[in-house]
Amino acid sequence: MNTTVRLKDHWKEQRLFLSRLFAIGAIILLLTGVLIWRLFQLQIVEHQFFADLSQGNRLRIEPLPPTRGLIFDRNGLVLAENLPDWELIIIPEEIIDLEESLQRLEELGLVDPAEHSSLTELIRSHRGFERVRLANLTEAQAARFAARRHHFPGVDIQEGLVRNYPFGKLTGHAVGYVARISPSDLDEFARGSLDRSDYAATSLIGRSGIERSYETVLHGSVGYRQQVVNAQGRVLFDSTVSAGDVLRLEPLQGSIETRWPIPGDNVVLGLDIHLQSVAQRAMDGFRGAVVAIDPATGDVLAMVSAPAFDPNLFSVGLSSEDFRALNSDPDKPLFHRALAGNYPPGSTIKPFLGLAALHHESLEPERRDMCPGYFVLPGYSHRYRDWKSQGHGPVDLHQAIVESCDVYFYKLALGLGIDNISVFLRDIGFGVETGIDVSGENSGLVPTREWKQSQFSAREDQVWFPGETVITGIGQGFMLATPLQLAHATAMLATGGQRFQPRLVMAVENGTTGKVVESDPVRLNVMSNIDEPHWQEIEEAMVGVTEESQGTGRVAMRGTPYFVAGKTGTAQVFSLAQDQEYDEEAIDERLRDHGLFIAYAPSDNPAIAVAVVVENGGGGSTTAATVARKVLDAYLLGEGDVVQ
Amino acid sequence: MSSSSINLAIGPATVLRPLRLRGFVMDAPIILTVFAICMLGFVVLYSAAGENETLLLRQAARFAVAVFAFAIIAQVPPRMLRLWTPWIFSVSLGLLLLVEFRGVTGGGAQRWLDLGFARFQPSEIMKVAVPMMIAWFMHERTLPPTFKQLLILLLFICAPTFLIALQPDLGTAILVMASGVLTVLLAGLSLRLILALGAISLGSIPVLWNYMLDYQRVRVLTFLDPESDPLGAGYNIIQSKIALGSGGLFGKGWLNGTQAHLEFLPERSTDFIFAVLGEEFGLLGLLLLLVLYFVLIGRGLYIAAQAQDTFTRLLAGGLSLTFFVYVFVNAGMVCGLLPIVGVPLPLVSVGGTSMVTLMAGFGILAAIHGNRKLLAP
Repeated sequence: MNTTVRLKDHWKEQRLFLSRLFAIGAIILLLTGVLIWRLFQLQIVEHQFFADLSQGNRLRIEPLPPTRGLIFDRNGLVLAENLPDWELIIIPEEIIDLEESLQRLEELGLVDPAEHSSLTELIRSHRGFERVRLANLTEAQAARFAARRHHFPGVDIQEGLVRNYPFGKLTGHAVGYVARISPSDLDEFARGSLDRSDYAATSLIGRSGIERSYETVLHGSVGYRQQVVNAQGRVLFDSTVSAGDVLRLEPLQGSIETRWPIPGDNVVLGLDIHLQSVAQRAMDGFRGAVVAIDPATGDVLAMVSAPAFDPNLFSVGLSSEDFRALNSDPDKPLFHRALAGNYPPGSTIKPFLGLAALHHESLEPERRDMCPGYFVLPGYSHRYRDWKSQGHGPVDLHQAIVESCDVYFYKLALGLGIDNISVFLRDIGFGVETGIDVSGENSGLVPTREWKQSQFSAREDQVWFPGETVITGIGQGFMLATPLQLAHATAMLATGGQRFQPRLVMAVENGTTGKVVESDPVRLNVMSNIDEPHWQEIEEAMVGVTEESQGTGRVAMRGTPYFVAGKTGTAQVFSLAQDQEYDEEAIDERLRDHGLFIAYAPSDNPAIAVAVVVENGGGGSTTAATVARKVLDAYLLGEGDVVQ
Repeated sequence: MSSSSINLAIGPATVLRPLRLRGFVMDAPIILTVFAICMLGFVVLYSAAGENETLLLRQAARFAVAVFAFAIIAQVPPRMLRLWTPWIFSVSLGLLLLVEFRGVTGGGAQRWLDLGFARFQPSEIMKVAVPMMIAWFMHERTLPPTFKQLLILLLFICAPTFLIALQPDLGTAILVMASGVLTVLLAGLSLRLILALGAISLGSIPVLWNYMLDYQRVRVLTFLDPESDPLGAGYNIIQSKIALGSGGLFGKGWLNGTQAHLEFLPERSTDFIFAVLGEEFGLLGLLLLLVLYFVLIGRGLYIAAQAQDTFTRLLAGGLSLTFFVYVFVNAGMVCGLLPIVGVPLPLVSVGGTSMVTLMAGFGILAAIHGNRKLLAP
């Protein structure tokens, strides 16, 4: 019984299978019919048209570049714009002898011979129909080429747009710059981070700062028009002109068309270019950085890295010589100190450590501790010196911050322990990138036991020594911070624990509709578990720094009509032997101490937080505090005249 | 029962005796047609690759390896193949996972495994392993598959397809999926289920579309209509249409294709070689190639119809239909009927692994036919 059922199934299955096979076979024949019909259409019906296209008459696709978005400061002043200029371009598929064409262009003085090989490589890496920019031309050069254009098939001049930064050096670091698309950019396209075909007509690409990190926003979308060109280069049909029938165009009727480019979006920065210029001029002649932040939003109001450079150099095509000169300058103008400069924070770390100690209740703020001018670890002989060799006498926490007593903080750090210190400092943004919306940021360094173990190979070096905790108390040793991190942490003090991610871009304006989309400030973890009186204690001490007679910032901040909560800092660049005295005059300039200053003001209703680092500027109470004073006055009182 | 099964076993065996040469299985129609296609392929490739002899020699070497694989596999009795199937499938799936984590990147996608002496793409094996797995699974069960069995079959198809699409290798993923789906269709999926699945997938399109972001929609649109993006993928299509169209009925003659030789036509020795054939040998050349392909497909379907058990029947049918999809997707893409997915023209485009797996598939077909009398219980 059972077996017969299986036999029946077998036949049924085969019948089912065969019926399916026939059904699918019919579909196959149908599809093949469609394929052959299509081939017949192309090869027989439309043959003549395509034959024309393949012999001389060619379909030319001309990509149309989008206009790059503008960059504004917070008051609507233009920081980056596009100016018309002449560009010498080459269409690779229309060139007969590339080598020879380039040589003749060089003889005419239109192309820099030094770039011969890099240009060849660039042209080779483009597809046939893509237009490659060879150089920007002056009016005279453009005229010289125009007269000889018929000698150069496949080479042309076109009106282009070049990026211009009206404030020049003021915005080199803060806004960044664009540069000519290089073969390495093309690699980036291949990895898929940007759409290659979107750049078919574009010759400049964001290389640093805002121009780079907002590249996709600023760039826009490419358009194109299509032309049918005969062998002599005469345009027989142009998709931007209406469908005038010179050729039999039916086969392409649907596909030959124009798409206009979509301009890039404009970007509005929180930067105040007036404040930026004041800060820049205050840093004139120094190396270092200034970062000013609006504590209520995280907006960067000013970001200066000195010395500065002119971003306009890059957009017109910097010669390799100029670039080498800029790059090998010992002052490193291209180095973005505000974001990437790693500095020992020195005594500017003290308010933060004071706050940590209060929070962990590892000290009694009112208790006075004797400062004899040095500190010795029990069981060791090394003397950790105070900057004031005769000592501060008995000091409490308030006084220790006001007078910047080192000995008090050696003990404070020891009492807290490196583990508490590192956790707390990381929580308020040290040792990690702040996440600002441009790349190139350094994370600084907050040392931990684990870090030291991983960093050194010799077993005896891997141990964390108590002495290393001691000097962390005055922001020396392994600890490093960027000016941006210092400003960010200072803004957190100003708001009593509110932390906003620093940002440059406040809003994006649609390039076509003009609709402005403001982005909300990004709130980071709030230090809400710290008691209100502790913030109070630290703020009072920092105001004391600028107001009290013993305050280290008193001279620079004398006579401000607002209260400043500040802290000076001095970071050693090299260490002195035990018995040596620091003598500023006798020391090579590059080995002098770095001067630092952090502040927020007005202390009762903070509108600005600022961090200043002056490399080899000596103590922070003089140079750095003076720079900070100019920035604060300019922002809060509107002082300092308008730029350029 | 006994009478009919004896009939099944003896009848065909006597008919088939001439196809077996001293016990060596080699299906003459298949191998002759394959040789013809490959010869035509070499001729076109020589022109497409700019008269490059080394490239031609390398392709010939790959062909030799592929023929060797064919000859070996054709000797394996289908019963043995069936027993190995779960292993072959599992190992290939494992290799796919391995590629995902430690594969060699080439051309932007991770799809190669480095064996030291050669690199190969595990995804290629799946074109054969998936139909095998489905045929194996249904062999022990009654056709058509129940809904529950169907879900398991879908898993066999989707797991490798998903892994390959992730590499990302859309072309191979589509072929693997097609090979599985076609085999399931042959297994007699009920018409109602086909309609229901079709309706569900059609219905889900507007929903998906709704959830897509603007740029994703643009991507899908340019994928479906590459000519709307003449600066990207559309450039290739415009150039290949010019190449095909200018070929006309008789073509421009061997080595005379201007589109191909002036380097307007991209990927001309791989995915777009069909256009080179069309330009130099015209519609007649293309029809010749299509006829040769149809001889192969027809032979495969005949073998499927003659096969004696569920496993061989489904496998033979699935492999032959996959081969058709292969041809149709490539030709359709080159003449602008279908979106651009990287599918080579079988047996003609440059490339090693695909040729070997194709020939392995034909080896299986030959084995199924040549070993028929051994199938009697």
